[in-house]
Amino acid sequence: MGQYALRRLLQMIPVLLGTTFLIFAMVFALPGDPFEGKCGERPCPEAYIQAQTAKFGLDQPLIVQYGKFLGNLLTGDFGTTFSGEPVINELTRALPPTLKLTILAIGFEVLIGITAGVFAALKRGRFLDNLVLVSTLVVVSIPVFVLGYFAQYIFGVKLGWFSPTVGFGAPWGDLILPALVLASLSLAFVARLMRTTMVENIRADYVRTATAKGLPRREVVGKHVMRNSMIPVITFIGLDFGGLMGGAVVTEGIFNIKGIGGLIFLSIRTREGATVTAAITVIVVFILIINLLVDLLYGVLDPRIRYE
Amino acid sequence: MSDPASGMQAAAEVPEFERRFSGAVGGPDDVGKPRSLWTDAWDDLKHSKIFWIGLVLVTLVVVMALVPALFMIFSPNKDPRFCDLAFSRQPPSSSAWFGYDTQGCDVYARTIYGARPSIMVGVLTTIFAVSVGGAMGIVGGYYGGWRDSVTSRVTEIFFAIPLLLGGVLVLTSFPSGATTEIASVMKVVLALGILAWTSITRIMRSSVIQVKNADFVQAAKALGAPGGRVIRSHILPNSLAPVIVVAVISLGGYIAAEATLSFLGIGLQPPAISWGIAISDAARYVRVAPHMLFFPAVFLSITVLAFIMLGDAVRDALDPKLR
Repeated sequence: MGQYALRRLLQMIPVLLGTTFLIFAMVFALPGDPFEGKCGERPCPEAYIQAQTAKFGLDQPLIVQYGKFLGNLLTGDFGTTFSGEPVINELTRALPPTLKLTILAIGFEVLIGITAGVFAALKRGRFLDNLVLVSTLVVVSIPVFVLGYFAQYIFGVKLGWFSPTVGFGAPWGDLILPALVLASLSLAFVARLMRTTMVENIRADYVRTATAKGLPRREVVGKHVMRNSMIPVITFIGLDFGGLMGGAVVTEGIFNIKGIGGLIFLSIRTREGATVTAAITVIVVFILIINLLVDLLYGVLDPRIRYE
Repeated sequence: MSDPASGMQAAAEVPEFERRFSGAVGGPDDVGKPRSLWTDAWDDLKHSKIFWIGLVLVTLVVVMALVPALFMIFSPNKDPRFCDLAFSRQPPSSSAWFGYDTQGCDVYARTIYGARPSIMVGVLTTIFAVSVGGAMGIVGGYYGGWRDSVTSRVTEIFFAIPLLLGGVLVLTSFPSGATTEIASVMKVVLALGILAWTSITRIMRSSVIQVKNADFVQAAKALGAPGGRVIRSHILPNSLAPVIVVAVISLGGYIAAEATLSFLGIGLQPPAISWGIAISDAARYVRVAPHMLFFPAVFLSITVLAFIMLGDAVRDALDPKLR
């Protein structure tokens, strides 16, 4: 298992290189003049432009800039923004709210999604099953931002159950509603996936054997059916981590969370290439690590899976 | 293999091949109608309510996208671009079925005409994703070896970038010069397609690997069929099913993604008329004029729902384990 993890870690290197290069190339291609509007309501002085261009190496070819970026990254230097702020400061400010939001969202996915899926599968074809199927379909088909505005309006403004916007420092309580909105789509997928795999497994031979052995139903469902149905669900949740962090752009915008999605969006708009590349790199690293953890989890869930 | 529809045609050739093949080895002659995965699935689909509801809704929306004028015959306002500020944000009435938006344009007309760009983005992105992703998946799955390593790594690189963030990046790095409706649609298609193909590749690859070792493929190879022919007439028709299902379901997802990008202000641009633009314009006024948000949002949601229902029904029909 240690060897397998090591090999996977090594395999991550080319992927990481490719992804950062891809992002770097796209940021490089961002149109417009990075100095536009940087000096108030007049064009920037020639000397300033020259100094900044030299400092950030903006006149060098793509590959040289990328090489420098990588070299700096290896020493833990994420570069600075055009206004001289180290990018790492911006990241440490923006990352915690997004991480909190994502963790909370995954919590809801697991808690509500899996529970709904399990109950729907156990009551297959009955009212509860249909309720879960219909409500998840409705949730899946409504775009997240529409859902976000409605939730904010109904639960935040009209009913006052939650704070309609998230306060400074993003306290957990304020994040509940945004996390529910962010999780809604994946939550519905998790519920449906859990139901489908449970329905498949519930008729498997080993389940019949377990029941025939006289095991209590609680144990059959909990130990045999559920554990074996978790693999696709865990895979989905792992893969979805990136989607959640990306989807946070929308949720953070609606609920005024100062997170990484908003930072990336703003940085693209103001052509802060260094910040965009660094922030997306961090997200990609998170995604790759989560996926590795998911792969290692398979072995725990299904002892038949061996890592060589 | 340019789009899912031609894939369906290819799939329809399967029984033809199987009949010839079973004749060649002196197997039993035709016992009634030849059965294939697709004829079985069709028998199942015929009785599925979900399938018919999904199909009717999808047909309706596609007709709406092709000939919007058809839906305007009885409407009091026929021109989606005729706006009168005097009517700004007026609620639905007999003179404007869905009310007016902020600019005083008829919401019904704009909702009907908004179907076209949304559907175009969905369909074109799916075609892009299926052709690129499918080709990559086939090459990796069928040939294996170094080709598989290369395609897998490339897929992983693109897969690691979240769709929405990548879309934002691609859309902003594109020059925003010519703004015809088609150009605007193609930009969004490219932004979504460039990252969307990876999921198709993964499914195609695993599906091809499953089929690759089947006896009929081995037989075709042993008879000396060249690689291209084996792929075209044996691998493709038998491995397309899961890809088609996912493609149909994601088509709805791409339509929703277009709306999200438009909502962020970087997707389709006015003067284009689309559900995403209408929703993002209306979102700010949800407290004073909810009808502006309601109608385009409902049309968008029902369209997404219709594609999901269609895909779900086809998957259930193709997967005998769930019966």
